[in-house]
Amino acid sequence: MSERILVSGNNAVARGAIQAGCKYFFGYPITPQSEIPEYMSKELPKIGGIYVQSESESGSIYMVYGGGLTGKRIMTSTSSPGLSLMAEGMSYLAEQEIPAVIVDVVRMGPGIGTGGQGAQTDYLQVTKGCGHGGYHAIVLAPASGQEIFDLMQLAFFLADKYRGPVMVITDFILGQTEEPIELRTLDFGPLPEKEWALTGKEKRGGNRVTHVAAFFTYQGILNYHMKLIEKYAEIKRAEVRYEKYLADDCDLLIVAYGSSARIARGAVDMGRAKGFKLGLFRPITLWPFPVEAIAEGASKAGRVLVVEDSQGQLVEDVEASVKGRVPVHLLGMWGRHNVGGGGIIHPERVIEEVEKLNER
Amino acid sequence: MKDKSSDVKKVTGRPGLRLQSLGMYCPGCHYGIITRVICEVIEELGVAGKAIGLAGVGCSFGGAPMTIDIDWTSCPHGRAPAMATAIKRIYPDAMVLTVQGDGDLGAIGLGCFMNALVRGENLTTVFLNNAVYGTTGGQMAPTTLLGMKTTTTPLGRDIKTNGYPLHVPELAATMRGVAYAARCTVHTPANFQRAKKSLKTAIQKQMDGIGYGIVEFVSACPPGWGLKPLECLDYISERMLEEYPLGEFKNLDKTD
Repeated sequence: MSERILVSGNNAVARGAIQAGCKYFFGYPITPQSEIPEYMSKELPKIGGIYVQSESESGSIYMVYGGGLTGKRIMTSTSSPGLSLMAEGMSYLAEQEIPAVIVDVVRMGPGIGTGGQGAQTDYLQVTKGCGHGGYHAIVLAPASGQEIFDLMQLAFFLADKYRGPVMVITDFILGQTEEPIELRTLDFGPLPEKEWALTGKEKRGGNRVTHVAAFFTYQGILNYHMKLIEKYAEIKRAEVRYEKYLADDCDLLIVAYGSSARIARGAVDMGRAKGFKLGLFRPITLWPFPVEAIAEGASKAGRVLVVEDSQGQLVEDVEASVKGRVPVHLLGMWGRHNVGGGGIIHPERVIEEVEKLNER
Repeated sequence: MKDKSSDVKKVTGRPGLRLQSLGMYCPGCHYGIITRVICEVIEELGVAGKAIGLAGVGCSFGGAPMTIDIDWTSCPHGRAPAMATAIKRIYPDAMVLTVQGDGDLGAIGLGCFMNALVRGENLTTVFLNNAVYGTTGGQMAPTTLLGMKTTTTPLGRDIKTNGYPLHVPELAATMRGVAYAARCTVHTPANFQRAKKSLKTAIQKQMDGIGYGIVEFVSACPPGWGLKPLECLDYISERMLEEYPLGEFKNLDKTD
């Protein structure tokens, strides 16, 4: 068995990236993710890698773009306001099909928000394409230190496989909580050669130009968009990931991701002890969203309760999946024990909500 | 009869790196001539095989990536220096060149450019200054001359509303990581030769690991200026060079 260590979620991000062969990190400090650039600045030079501190998240994302053009595995990390600055670059990475991993350690928003507070308030931003023009990035939402470490490795694989940006979304709670992780290397199989990478033509003969020259002809534009549309359809077919917990035999299906899913799982156990038939559905890919699996689980259960530490964002995708066939309820950030600093939705509060729904 | 063709000596022609594809430049635009400067310098330095070019948004994008036979990428508006930073850090032996216009480098990308200088990156930048936004139809650029009429300064650029023209190589020369900063033109044959020498020096500084090199090309935009191509040459001599003097502002053999 591989080595087990006790580290924070942010540390697991950095270690997972290095495990995946990422040697180039471009970032900018922002709470609550600064431990990631700090770790990278210390560790990457030891393995022949490079850490560059940019002047802003806009700088970071374009260093990621340039670095990605070389074909190497590259990444950045940020938190919510920084992700807004990266939005433009995300759109270009998707358009130019540049593999890159972008980690968002979410803090409470909107605006400058509060760096020292957990929240899941970036769901819409990360799942709907935070930049312009209509594109998708695969979004992975781990719920534990181990899963962060593992999904970081998967993120680099998927970025290379589908040629585009892949996001890993955590939050203040997951980023700062220390948990044991096993330092295991995951093998996802072979990948195609990066025949598009810029290296200088002497390494191959014949120059390469990575801009969308296709855009200069009508048929080129159409072909380009059809290629992206087909790619996104293929990702939807092949890459949907989720976890179910007691979800096949329940009369209330709780849907939650990330840190809220950890809380909801506790609530499921607590509720079962009280005789409530609760189950949990946890999307692991927020895009592609597990539309069919949620629809099926919801129909079986007859009722859905979405638990998310936000104003109500994930609930929109759940409602769109369920299509009004069963009632969908929401316990949002107002369910925190303390709406201010350090507030979280406790499992007891979820049970309270369940009891209220049972009385209806 | 003597075969006269054997007496004909080829003195010039299409540079070896100039691809057959058409540039996208208007009649009288100087960017085609600057493309030749870039081609000839890269050829003469023998760095085509390790060259990676980054073209900004604007007319700078219209020609370089499609007409020069080296690796290229287009860049989002103003972001070439950040992208170039990563490429050069990952491939320190590459010759990494950004080609950026006055709007791209001087307005939307000024922060990105200056921060590349702050970091002391080892890159080369060709800065194309034609004093207007050519691609979007001749609007005011940061380098528009005072009093100059553009589509967004219909009464002429006015200090109170629009501030002052931006002097990029002079600004860059103040930064410690910059090894070479110069301004040139290609509006006469002699200046063409000087421009070649400047760009060659700038690229050599990068290849020798000395530091950042920037070369500004003051150039004509006949439609943007509302002048005929030949009138543009006079406008450069009489007006542009008055605001933007030619010369080397910095030429260091080592940066600390």
